[in-house]
Amino acid sequence: MTVGPDIAAPSPGVAVRRTLGAASPRYGEKAIMAVLAACAALSIAVTTAIVVTLVLPSIAFFREVPIGEFLTGTTWQPAFSNAAFGVLPIVVGTLMVTAIALVVAVPVGLCCAVYLSEYAGPRARKVIKPVLEILEGIPTVATGLFALLFLRPFAEDVLPFLPWGGLFSLLIAGIGVGLIIVPLVSSVADDALRAVPPGLREGAYALGGNKFKVTVRVVFPAALSGVIAAIVLGMSRAIGETMIVLIAAGGGNPNLSFDIFGSVQTMTAFIGRTATGDISQGTIKYDTIFAVGTLLFVMTLAINVVAIRLVRRFREVYE
Amino acid sequence: MRLASNRLARLVALLMALTLVAAACGGGDEGTDLGTASGGDLSGSVNLDGSSTVGPLSEVAAELFMQENPGVQVSVAISGTGGGFEKFCQGETDGNNASREIKEEEVSLCEQRSIAYDNVQVANDALSAVVHPDFPLDCMTPDQLNQIWDEGSAVSAWGDVEGLDLPDDAATESVTLFGPGSDSGTFDFFTDAINGEEGRIRNDYTDIGEDDQAAVQGVSGDEWAMAYIPYSFVQEAGDSVKPLAIDDGGGCVEATLENVQSGDYTPLGRPLFLYASDTALARPEVVAFFDFYIENQAEIAEAAGYVPMNDEQAAAAQEQVATLAGA
Amino acid sequence: MVADERTPGSARTRVAVAGARAATESSFGRRGRADKAGNAVFVSILLVGLGAALAGLVGIILWAAVTGWPFLSTKLITNNPSTIDIANAGYRPAIVGTVYLISGVILLIVPLGVGSAIFLEEFADKTRWWNRLIELNIQNLAGVPSIVFGILGLGFIARGPLSLNFVVAAGSLTLALLVLPTVILAAREAIKSVPPSIREGSLALGATPWQTVRRQVLPAAIPGILTGVILAVSRAIGETAPLLLVGAATFVTFDPDFFSSRYSALPVQIFTYAGRPQEEFRILAAAGVIVMLAVVLVMNSLAIWLRNHYERKI
Repeated sequence: MTVGPDIAAPSPGVAVRRTLGAASPRYGEKAIMAVLAACAALSIAVTTAIVVTLVLPSIAFFREVPIGEFLTGTTWQPAFSNAAFGVLPIVVGTLMVTAIALVVAVPVGLCCAVYLSEYAGPRARKVIKPVLEILEGIPTVATGLFALLFLRPFAEDVLPFLPWGGLFSLLIAGIGVGLIIVPLVSSVADDALRAVPPGLREGAYALGGNKFKVTVRVVFPAALSGVIAAIVLGMSRAIGETMIVLIAAGGGNPNLSFDIFGSVQTMTAFIGRTATGDISQGTIKYDTIFAVGTLLFVMTLAINVVAIRLVRRFREVYE
Repeated sequence: MRLASNRLARLVALLMALTLVAAACGGGDEGTDLGTASGGDLSGSVNLDGSSTVGPLSEVAAELFMQENPGVQVSVAISGTGGGFEKFCQGETDGNNASREIKEEEVSLCEQRSIAYDNVQVANDALSAVVHPDFPLDCMTPDQLNQIWDEGSAVSAWGDVEGLDLPDDAATESVTLFGPGSDSGTFDFFTDAINGEEGRIRNDYTDIGEDDQAAVQGVSGDEWAMAYIPYSFVQEAGDSVKPLAIDDGGGCVEATLENVQSGDYTPLGRPLFLYASDTALARPEVVAFFDFYIENQAEIAEAAGYVPMNDEQAAAAQEQVATLAGA
Repeated sequence: MVADERTPGSARTRVAVAGARAATESSFGRRGRADKAGNAVFVSILLVGLGAALAGLVGIILWAAVTGWPFLSTKLITNNPSTIDIANAGYRPAIVGTVYLISGVILLIVPLGVGSAIFLEEFADKTRWWNRLIELNIQNLAGVPSIVFGILGLGFIARGPLSLNFVVAAGSLTLALLVLPTVILAAREAIKSVPPSIREGSLALGATPWQTVRRQVLPAAIPGILTGVILAVSRAIGETAPLLLVGAATFVTFDPDFFSSRYSALPVQIFTYAGRPQEEFRILAAAGVIVMLAVVLVMNSLAIWLRNHYERKI
C-alpha cells in the first residue's frame, strides 16, 4: 500500500500524504471491477459453449467424412442417396452474397455516415438517424419477402436484358442483405466520424481547404479505424445472415456455380433449412450442420483477427 | 427542432402504451362459432411440435378443440419432423406432427427415455406432379416419372422420355424441373416412391428450398416445366397448374379427395401422423385432444386443405390412442 | 519552418497533416468555381447514397402496406391467430410474446453490455493477452450466425445446464447473447470517444476510477450506448431462426408467461404464414410486417426520446 517517494514532513500543522497511493483499501472499487470483469468474461463462456455445441458433433462427422474431401470437394448434396460432402459450393455462395452485400452497403452506408456527420444540420440529423435505425429494425423476414416478391420481379421489369434465371437470384438476395447492413455500417462510421475533434477540421479549414477536401482528406482518414470497424461489423453480419437468403436465394445448386442470376445456398441458409427440416437427428445428414457451423465460426474468426490488426494499426488517439 | 421531435417521440410512446392496453384488453377470438358443447372443465396444456406440413392441420384441430375446452392451452410449434421427434422423445412435447414415420435413429432416442409411442394417423396427403395447364399430357406412369427424375437421368428434352404420347413439336422442348429442398419430408417421400430410394434423384433441377409456392410460380410460367408439390398447394394453385394423373397399372388416377382417401392414388399418396406417447396420454386433456382430433378429422382436414382419413384409418387411429392411453 | 522538422507523432497525424497541406495547396490559384462544383457533386453523391437507403426502407414499407392492405385493421392487434378464419385472425399473442422477449433482452444486455464495455475500456490492461482475447472474442461473436445461437440455446439454455425449457426466458437469453456483442462494441466506441481530459480531470479532483466512470464517462457516453442498444434491440426483435430452434411456437392463443409457458413471436409467425399455400395467409404475413414495423417504430421512439434527453455536446 505504500507506494511512491517518502516525503519528509515539513513544518508541523501541515498534513502531508506519505504516499501517492489510495488512502483506503477501496474494496468497493475492487468488487465493482470484479463484477465488470465477470461481464466481459461472459463472452468467453459463450464462445466456449458454442465451441462445445459445434465441435463435439463435428468430430463424429469428420470420422465419417474426411476433412480434405469436405474442404475441397465441389459438390454439396449431403441428403442425396449418392451423398457428396464437398462444402465449397455453399462457401462460395456465402462469399458471393457477402461481396454483393458489401458492394451495396459500404458506399451507401458511408455516404449516409459522411452526410450525417459533416453536412446534415442538427434538425436533419434528428430525423435521418432515427429513420436509419428503423431500417435496422425491419425484421429480416420482411426484407427477405420483399426481396423475393417485389425486388426480383421489379429487377426483371427494369433490366430484362440480364440473364435472370428462375425465381431466385443471388444478386437480389445480396442486395437484400446489403440493405439491412446499411444502418449498421452507417451508424458505427457516423460515430467514428463524429469523434474526430473539431480542432482537426477547423485547422484544415483555416489552411484553406474546402468542405469536400476537408471531409475526404482530413476527417475521413482520421476516422479510418472506426470506418474499418464498421465495414468489418457489416461483413460479419452479412456472412451470418440467415433469413433473407433462406427466403430469397432458393435452394442453390449442388455443384459449384458463380452465377449471380441463379439461386444459391449459403452456409447459414443450409444450416437453417436442415435444422428446421424433416431430417432425423443423429444422422450424418444432420451432423453436417455442426461441421458447416464450425467452418463458419472459423471463417469469421479469421476475418476478425485480420480486422483487429487493421483497426489497431489505424487507431487515432486524440489529445 | 429538438422540442418538436421530443414531442413526436412522446406521442409515439403514448401510442405504444395505448396499443398495449388495447392488446391486453381485446382478448377474444371473433372467429366462427362451430357449435359449442360442454366439457369446458378440462384444464392444462397440450404442446405439439414437428413438421411444418402437418402443423397447419394441428393448428385447426387446436383451434376447434379450444373452442369447446377453453381451459386447455394448446400450442403448436414447427421445429421440423426430426427436431420434433427429438423433443418428443425427451418428453418435452405431447405429440409430434410427422410427415413421415419415425426413423431408426429416432427410435433409439425414445427407447432411451422409455417412452412408448405410436404413429397415430390424422390425415392423408398426396403429392402431385404438376405441369403447366397447356402441357399436352394429362397422365403419366411412375416409370416415366422415374425416367425424368432418377439419379443420372439423361432426360433433357421431353422427347427423351420413353412411352410419352407427345405431339411432334414437343419432343425438342427442354425439361425444366423444380423440386423442394432435400431437407423436406416431401423430398424423401417422392424420391422413395418414384426412384426407389430416399434421396435418390438427379441433381440438376431447380431447388426451391422452403417455398413450395415458388414451384407453382415456376411451373405456371413455363409450358414445359414440372414440379412435385403437396396436395394443399395444388388446391390453392387452382387453374394455374395442372396436376398429372398417375397410372400405376390400374388406369389414370387423379389426385382427388376420394381417390387419395380410398388409397387408389398410388404411389404418391401418403399418411400424415401425429405421434402420441404414453407419458403424454397419461393426462386427460391430451387424451381428450387426441380423441377430438380423430372424431372431427374430416372437418379438420377440410378446413386445413388436406385429405381426410377413410373410416378404416380413423378407427385404427382411435384404437391406437385408446391402447396407449390405457397402457 | 514546420516543413523542415520531422513531424513527431503517429502515422495518423502525418496523414492528416499531409492531407491538410494538399488541401491548402490545391486551393491556391483560381479554382473557386471548380471547388464549388466539386463540392456540389460530392454532396449530391452523398445524397444519392442516403436516398438509396431511404428508398429501400420506403420500398419495404410500401410493399408491405400494399400487399397487406386487405387485412389491415385493429383486429390484427386484438385477435388471436386462426387457421380456419384467416380474415379475422390477429397477432395478439405474438405481439405480447415479442414484447416480453424484448423486455427480457433489454434487461440482460444493458447491464452486461455496458459492464463489459466499461471493463474493457477503462479497467482492462490492454497489453495482457487475456484482455486481447476477450476483445477478439466479442468481435468474433458479433459475426456468428443467429442460427448457431439457436443451436446453442437449444443445447445449453432450453436444455442442458440451464434447462429453462421452451419458455420466454430461454428465448430472451438466447437473443440477448446474440445481440450482446453489438451492444458491447457500440458502447466501447462511445466510451472511447469521451476525451481523456474529462477522466483525468475527475481523477485529479480525487474521484475513484469507478466514480469517474459513473459520473463523468458514462453520462457522456450514454447517447452512443443508447444507439448500440437500439441497434441490438432492433435486431433482436426481427430474429426468427434462433427462436424456431429454441421452441417458439407458431400457434398459441394465450398470453405467455416468462418462465412457464409456450410463447410465440411476431417474426416467427410471419415467416410461418408466408410459407403457407393459402393466399390469405400471405396477405396476413404482409399485414404482420406492418404490425412489426409499428412495434419497432414505437420502441425506437421511446429510445430516441431517451437519447435526446441525454445528448449534450462535450
